[in-house]
Amino acid sequence: MSGTEPARRAREDLLDGAWHRLHPATPLLRGGVALIAILAFVIANLRDQFFEWVVPGIPSADNGDPLGYIVDNGYIVVALLVVAALLLVLIAGFYLSWRMHTFRITDEVVEVRSGVIFRTNRKGRLDRIQGINITRPLIARLFGAAKLEVNVAGQDANVQLHYLASATADALRAEILRLASGARGTPVEGESLPAEAAGATANASLLDRRLAEFTAPELDPKLAARESIVAMPIGRVLGSAALSGGLVLVILLAILATLGVVLAVTIGGDIWALPALGPVLFGFIPGLIAVGSYSISRLVKSLRFTVAATPDGVRIGYGLLSTTNETLPPGRIHSISISQPLLWRPFDWWEVKVNRAGTSSAQGAGGRQNTTILPVGSRADAFRVLELVLPSLEAPEVAARVSAGLDRGTPEDGYTTSPRRAAVWRWFSWRRNGFALLPDSVLLRRGAIWRELVIVPAARMQSVALTQGPIERRMRLAVVQPHTVAGPISARLGALDEDDAARFFRDVAALGIAAAERDRSHHWRADREGA
Amino acid sequence: MTDTTQNDSPSRLEPVEGEWQRVSPKFVVVDLVGALIVGAVATVATGIPWFISQLPWLLALPITVGVISLLVIAFTPRRVRSIGYQLRDDDLLFRRGIMFQRFIAVPYGRMQLVDINRGPLDRGLGLAELKLVTAAAATNITIPGLPEPDAEALRDHLVAVAESRRAGL
Repeated sequence: MSGTEPARRAREDLLDGAWHRLHPATPLLRGGVALIAILAFVIANLRDQFFEWVVPGIPSADNGDPLGYIVDNGYIVVALLVVAALLLVLIAGFYLSWRMHTFRITDEVVEVRSGVIFRTNRKGRLDRIQGINITRPLIARLFGAAKLEVNVAGQDANVQLHYLASATADALRAEILRLASGARGTPVEGESLPAEAAGATANASLLDRRLAEFTAPELDPKLAARESIVAMPIGRVLGSAALSGGLVLVILLAILATLGVVLAVTIGGDIWALPALGPVLFGFIPGLIAVGSYSISRLVKSLRFTVAATPDGVRIGYGLLSTTNETLPPGRIHSISISQPLLWRPFDWWEVKVNRAGTSSAQGAGGRQNTTILPVGSRADAFRVLELVLPSLEAPEVAARVSAGLDRGTPEDGYTTSPRRAAVWRWFSWRRNGFALLPDSVLLRRGAIWRELVIVPAARMQSVALTQGPIERRMRLAVVQPHTVAGPISARLGALDEDDAARFFRDVAALGIAAAERDRSHHWRADREGA
Repeated sequence: MTDTTQNDSPSRLEPVEGEWQRVSPKFVVVDLVGALIVGAVATVATGIPWFISQLPWLLALPITVGVISLLVIAFTPRRVRSIGYQLRDDDLLFRRGIMFQRFIAVPYGRMQLVDINRGPLDRGLGLAELKLVTAAAATNITIPGLPEPDAEALRDHLVAVAESRRAGL
């Protein structure tokens, strides 16, 4: 246990409300790497020059080289002095910016001060935290450093602490979430495990420690209940990527284009038609590259994807070389969508996405990507993930209703669907297109080919709208839309019978008010501990 | 200010009962002026291609736009009459539109801020516009044409009830 003490002390020091500095390697990681690269480039050039000096027999290959010009004109001393002065200024600047970049964490806020000439001061209220993610870019991982980003509701309203020592970042997140949860007092044992895990290896050599950190499983098995983790078999990840819409479309188009070319050549018998069709084929290459890179980045993220329940919310981790993991506290998810492209249906695979109030701006977290909380999973997996974000799913009738939301529509599944006359608008899906109300959320079921079920927790709903245009009015149809914060999911449901829609409007408005009154999830531990 | 829009068509969408508060009839003037300016600008702008080329069929463009603008202007009084709101126990209801009807319910606790805006015409007529913002961009409620004292009273009331029912995001 001797190794635990320093780590714990370090953690408690960070929480004492005083100002602290970031990891000493921060300037290097934030921009210094580019500097080193430039330096290396200059040195590499100089080395050629130097080589030429030592062995004067070999003539210089490149005459346009500015370094050659400098040497030829005897400015070498001046040039060296300038370079040295620049370096000194840069190093001083980096050092100053590191010294002036401080943060503190109090019971109420997390606050960051930064900037040398233009000072900025940013405070994030702990009870407004929408999620905390820890990103470890590849180079930072080598140094044992990590970025901690506190997402507060609002566009570009995040408080970033980069970089921190890797183990500190984990411990700090647990502590910030504990403070935000409304629980007061000493930390619960067993939730501050990351520090302990790091402490255990504190006596090992620096290299061993880095290696251990680098190869450690992305999700500390001690931190989360084992059975709640969704497995990501490689076959499913590859299969889902291959069968997802974009790639199939591009391949189909490519096949069509090739067929067209072949037909044109064989029927026309004119080999010279081939170059004319070239541009058509080449047009597909950018598309192929775009879809390919998207698929690959998706693949890489899916490969080490983990979802786990922690006492402070859902923890999602991904990334192979640069890793990111994020904790979403309870009650921070504004809507959930479970969707399935047509080609996934034989395998019963589903994708789960969420709308959240805060978006992570971190490069490693991939902005849009981290709204996906399950890239692909079986129905059982999807339900396991849903249970984490929608606690009422434990009730069997709720689970049955949600499950029916994933199947094709039948008249007795509890959903109010579009009337027969709406088939003009919803050719295939009018039997499926419908809604159901749960005690704490709204279910919207859409789409026959691309199936989707949108779940809006009523306690998070901002408002509800009912609209009707002139054609819809003639057909006695209407559109309903519960409003949530912006995100990839839109909870719009059209082509409903206008009486059903009016009933939806009344009931959902009442449900939202009732749910908001009951909701205590912003201080998720305050109730549990009676504080 | 009597409610004629409610009963002139039996099939009209009426999801909630209750008395709708209507906006000031003076707002018709503001809306009319706005519609006139937009209509005139749009008609002239779409007339430019015809003016330059003198192709007769291009004349159809400004004529269509002009007719639509005239219709919009003609329906202004009815459109203004269709705007209404209800202050219920826990939420605010808002409606507007005759062709494109829109109803919105916003719980008081969800309001993030309440704005009062006054344009030059509004100021001349002693009117103001109340804007409600929630965390969802789609909510987008603007109650135009409120008499100024009413608008301020309504804002103070909304802020007070929002504070007493403050919910998490």
